Amino acid sequence: MLLITCPWCGPRAESEFSCGGEAHIARPLDTDALDDKQWGDYLFMRKNPKGQHFEQWHHSQGCRRWFNAERDTVSYRFKQFYKPGEQPQGVAVASDAVADGTSDTPWATTDAGSVDAGGSKA
Amino acid sequence: MTGSRIDKAGIRLDRKRTVNFRFNGRSYQGFAGDTLASAVLAAGDTVLSRSWKYHRPRAILTCGVEEPAALVQLELGAATIPNAKMPEVELYEGLQSESALPWPSPAKHLLSINRWFTPLFPAGFYYKTFMWPAKAWMWYERFIRKAGGLGAAPTEEDESLYVQQNIHCDVLVVGAGVAGLAAALAAGRSGARVILAELGAHLGGSAHRLQGTINGKPARAWVADAQRELAQMPELRIIRRGVVFGYHDHNFLTIRESLTDHLPLAERSGFRERLWRVRAGQVVLATGAHERPMVFGNNDLPGVMLSSAMADYAELYGVRVGSQIVIASSCDSAYADARLLLAAGATVTVVDTRVGEPAPGCRAHQAQADGITVLRGFVPVLAEGSAAVTGLVVRQMDKDNKASGESRELPCDAIGMAGGWNPAIHLYSHSGGKARWDDELVCFKPGPAMPQQASVGACNATWSLGSSLDEGSLAGAAAATWAGFEARPEAYAVDEPAIKATGTFWIAETGEPLSRRPKAFVDYQNDVSASDIELAIREGFESIEHIKRYTAMGFGTDQGKLGNINGMALAARAMGKPIDKVGTTTFRPNYLPISFGAFAGLERGELFDPARKSSAHDAHVAAGCLFEDVGQWKRPWYFPKPGEDLHQAVNREVMAVRGSVGMLDASTLGKIDIQGPDAAKLLNWVYTNPWLKLEVGKCRYGLMLDENGMVFDDGVTARLGENHFLMTTTTGGAARVLGWLERWVQTEWPDMQVYMSSVTDHWSTFAVVGPQSRAVVQKVLTGVDLSNEAFAFMGWRTATAAGVPARVMRISFSGEMSFEINVPSNAGKHVWNALMEAGKEFGITPYGTEAMHVLRAEKGYIIVGQDTDGSISPYDLGMGGMVSKTKDFLGRRSLTRSDTAKADRKQLVGLLTDEEKLVLPEGAQLTELSQAAPPPVPMIGHVTSSYFSPTLGRSIAMAVVRGGQRRMGQKIHAALADGRYVAATVCSPVFYDPQGKRLHA
Repeated sequence: MLLITCPWCGPRAESEFSCGGEAHIARPLDTDALDDKQWGDYLFMRKNPKGQHFEQWHHSQGCRRWFNAERDTVSYRFKQFYKPGEQPQGVAVASDAVADGTSDTPWATTDAGSVDAGGSKA
Repeated sequence: MTGSRIDKAGIRLDRKRTVNFRFNGRSYQGFAGDTLASAVLAAGDTVLSRSWKYHRPRAILTCGVEEPAALVQLELGAATIPNAKMPEVELYEGLQSESALPWPSPAKHLLSINRWFTPLFPAGFYYKTFMWPAKAWMWYERFIRKAGGLGAAPTEEDESLYVQQNIHCDVLVVGAGVAGLAAALAAGRSGARVILAELGAHLGGSAHRLQGTINGKPARAWVADAQRELAQMPELRIIRRGVVFGYHDHNFLTIRESLTDHLPLAERSGFRERLWRVRAGQVVLATGAHERPMVFGNNDLPGVMLSSAMADYAELYGVRVGSQIVIASSCDSAYADARLLLAAGATVTVVDTRVGEPAPGCRAHQAQADGITVLRGFVPVLAEGSAAVTGLVVRQMDKDNKASGESRELPCDAIGMAGGWNPAIHLYSHSGGKARWDDELVCFKPGPAMPQQASVGACNATWSLGSSLDEGSLAGAAAATWAGFEARPEAYAVDEPAIKATGTFWIAETGEPLSRRPKAFVDYQNDVSASDIELAIREGFESIEHIKRYTAMGFGTDQGKLGNINGMALAARAMGKPIDKVGTTTFRPNYLPISFGAFAGLERGELFDPARKSSAHDAHVAAGCLFEDVGQWKRPWYFPKPGEDLHQAVNREVMAVRGSVGMLDASTLGKIDIQGPDAAKLLNWVYTNPWLKLEVGKCRYGLMLDENGMVFDDGVTARLGENHFLMTTTTGGAARVLGWLERWVQTEWPDMQVYMSSVTDHWSTFAVVGPQSRAVVQKVLTGVDLSNEAFAFMGWRTATAAGVPARVMRISFSGEMSFEINVPSNAGKHVWNALMEAGKEFGITPYGTEAMHVLRAEKGYIIVGQDTDGSISPYDLGMGGMVSKTKDFLGRRSLTRSDTAKADRKQLVGLLTDEEKLVLPEGAQLTELSQAAPPPVPMIGHVTSSYFSPTLGRSIAMAVVRGGQRRMGQKIHAALADGRYVAATVCSPVFYDPQGKRLHA
């Protein structure tokens, strides 16, 4: 049972959390610009390193906030915890990998409304 | 061996209180403070049980939890405990026990038979003998079970109560021997929160056996002082009868505290066991060591026992296990034991495998001076006797350590084994520590400590009293200091004779092959002998893990606490390798067997998985409803009238909905309230269709995809206001969908101003469905115009339902006109009853999930998780029209991946069987072949939903079929489990009212 420090709630037992896998994988802004392999890399490819690992955790049975952690996958020791959008201390994470909150609002699309199938089936 | 009670009082006995108990059908009497083992020994019993493979007679070997042989079935019925170790059973009035291995009766002397059989049962005997023919195993098994069975599993439900409790502390000290006590004192004096856990009922560990004084007092007196001081510390908690059985990550440890097992059955009340879940800042392991048996011929004869156990029985319980005792020894602790046994009135000889005359002042010399015969440079070869020990054959070693010298036969009635000590590194190993072999100390000892942890005393292979105290005190003070307290170790003045190095002895090197010698046991419980280990290696097993599995060494209830190190050493000897090259055993939780009850705690029965019930649940029960479990929800399944079966009830419910009006309790659907200026943008991202321009007052159906482009939830969302939506999800998917939304907003789109909250339990939802639905709700709802013009399909309105504020949605999951009335759950039952009352004149029929399924399948509406399985895209469902081409949304890019876009994917279609009354089984495989063919039969899909449609008077099915949308009108076949191939025609999944006229009525 790991002891995990939620940046908002402090140290809590692992049973309050769920692990969200590798951190710092930003969703590509222009998905149409990617070929199948590049999109596949975003979707499926994960590092699974032995040793230093940056990963996402969710305080699912607590404050329900997501955060990041640096953990050693061999010793299970946590090195640091930090909020989404923050940079880990003392480590360089690949620059393209940190997109939490740093990008322009990628969700700002327009509603064309041309294919509104809502109501055809309920 | 004939044990007897000596007049000298055992430390733990209260001789004024006698205790009556039963063992193997006979009545016995012991004293308060006895264990089952000590009381039976005192009664002079010799053969207590039989070994499981050879049925050799066995007696008590140890005085602790490492006991491998003396196992009993304790008590009967619901209170029965299988495989209790006799030395750990505290005696109580009325105790009932039977040997766990009584067949044949332990009292019968069938020795000769066992010995004849012995050569027939080599290592791997069962593997080799019962493999062919495979079918015969069932026949063999009956006999093997009878021959090999340990205790019997309880057949009645355990009525005891168990509880679990979380606790935090600065320092957890495991073990209350002298090292643990010193640690607890040093940490506790600082004011730190300390837990001292001791698996036994008493503190002090082996202090009663130790030679030497602490601050001028005998160790036992010091223990009493320490106990008094600890009792005064307000922040220190002592957990007695508390075995630390697991040491997990980040100093999380589990303790099983036994609360009532030591009491007579009638006096037990409250919780039987408490499972402490401890998070400790620092852990001090002071778990001691287990004495190592010695491997020689017939070393399992009743009368052979660990040397320390003999001393324990004498000191603690006033039981002398023999009058003429020989201790075979490789280490100095034998001399302390010998002095105690001498004081108990036995004559004692110590046979020491180490050579050289003892120097004046050393322990061996002191023992000699006391009148103990000491024989140095001799090794044990063979125990003599048939049902009990009559002598020990020893042989002198030459200068090459070969047992080739003089042979002596030492008559005796008990043999002690002092082969050295195995540090109890189990918890250190649980924590991830890597033990290492120490050639000097002749044992495995802890390697580097894990974070915030220390091992002290005998579990750290520290044998002397003084060093154990120093280590304990230092570790306790350091742990408290780490936790922020001011602590200092105590300097103890210890006077003790020096301890000489332990000798290395694994088995007598007589030059004779092990297979020709009498059985010399390594694992007493699983009857693994030295020759079995050699045989395993000869047959090609080289890894210690394989040798263990092949011979079953260490697989008993004692988990190899006694025998594993000897086994590894003998494996190393047979392979000609050093021990550390053979490998180490990784100990895993649990340290001792733990009851399932302790793990379950209070989470049993109704509390195991709490049921969620809708607000109208009582009304459903009163209506005779049967329920279906959906997630944790109890959902109405169907409402049978007297005499109706499932199909009759469902047909009636469906026809009522199509013909007049029915009502469904849809409260279990997930409901998420979404608010904020960017709420519409969020929906636009998570659903495939556009949401920005949905008008307030309207609802819209949405498909939610994962990033692989596969459907993972669906539901209707209503726009309650410009910045306010109410999303519904599938019943089982509510938590998953909320998590999905939260994750994207928090991690990817933190600038989005949107907030969401689960309101599933806050709103009750009742769907009034059918051609007469408007007429029914008209009687109950006020403040709303229900006409088709004012309130069209896919709209929602506020209203008052039987006096309760309500939201009414005109949406449908049946193809009929339908009004879904949402009211606060507190008023749910009231509104349900009002609607039922209002619908009486129309014959309103409550219906459940089964009728709902038929109704939706007649319309071809999917159920996510039934018609989809995580590999179905919107296009596969024929719902490509819902996929926006002009915006990005989660999963969109995947829809054009080469695999997702290929033509022959499995697609949702309808199926009509040629035989109209035949309902295909859900899951049936589909093929183009019309009759059985040799495997592999090419399959093209499977049936996902299948029902008898009372509306159409025939069966209908939905299926996913490879390239299904291009197969319309084709005939395919379903392969049934009984071998039939059933023909069906591929068609649209919309079987009823394809134009949707009834929805808009």
